[in-house]
Amino acid sequence: MSIWEYANPKKFMATTAPVLPWVMWGAGVTLVVGLVWGFFFTPDDYRQGSTVKIFYLHVPAAMMAINIWVMMLVTSLVWLIRRHHVSALAAKAAGPIGIVMTLIALFTGAVWGQPIWGTWWVWDPRLTSFLILFLFYLGYMALWTAIEDDDTAADLTSVLCIVGSVFAVLSRYAVNFWNQGLHQGASLSLDAEENVADVFWYPALVCIAGFILLFVGLVILRTHTEIRLRRARALEARMRA
Amino acid sequence: MMPDLGKYVVEVLSAYAVSILLLLGLVWLSVRSARKARATLDAVENRMDKRNG
Repeated sequence: MSIWEYANPKKFMATTAPVLPWVMWGAGVTLVVGLVWGFFFTPDDYRQGSTVKIFYLHVPAAMMAINIWVMMLVTSLVWLIRRHHVSALAAKAAGPIGIVMTLIALFTGAVWGQPIWGTWWVWDPRLTSFLILFLFYLGYMALWTAIEDDDTAADLTSVLCIVGSVFAVLSRYAVNFWNQGLHQGASLSLDAEENVADVFWYPALVCIAGFILLFVGLVILRTHTEIRLRRARALEARMRA
Repeated sequence: MMPDLGKYVVEVLSAYAVSILLLLGLVWLSVRSARKARATLDAVENRMDKRNG
């Protein structure tokens, strides 16, 4: 069996529909556990005080904002190379989720930055590249809605996605590329010396798992929606002909 | 039950409130558009079936 069989919309929907409720409920439970754990049952940081609790929202949302764009890049490349409609629709379905994740990361970062850095916003390399990534998300969704022909829209948004990937990479590595600005390096790393203390790390991992599950659930649900809408348009066009 | 958030109470609570609202809004919009799409497709398929007898 080949992975490309799932590029068939019917096969994709038949395979993912039974999994969807489990993923959504799993996301809900994992998010509630992670956020309740982080908010109610973790101590304050000795320097940041209670603002450390913002970490459980900011870090997973920022990680997802970047990784959703990477997922969109992969599915866009699959569309451009193999012309599988499900992959183009999955990229389109992921766009609004990415916008919300970027917005959460920007808002929680600003709210955290005000008391800790003394400013809501600074034109720091990471913050600036993240803002540009947010604008790319908006442009990506606007392009999908502006072009009537589905295949042309998929082609042009795929190209935009490739261009925007530069900023997705920059948002992740800007701190390493330019050793300046206020934003610190990665808070979570596989290198134990750089990691935050376990008391903050474990609830953060649960929150990250919750955000990932929520994304998977939503992208499946929204891809089903896009497939149904496209089929409805195709049937209407056939009836008109 | 409510943890003592000290002088950062507004920052922490606003971060949680806005984020949770955004996430719930996204889920609600996604579920609503999924239901609408299902209803639209059903309606079109019914029309198609009637037309084809």
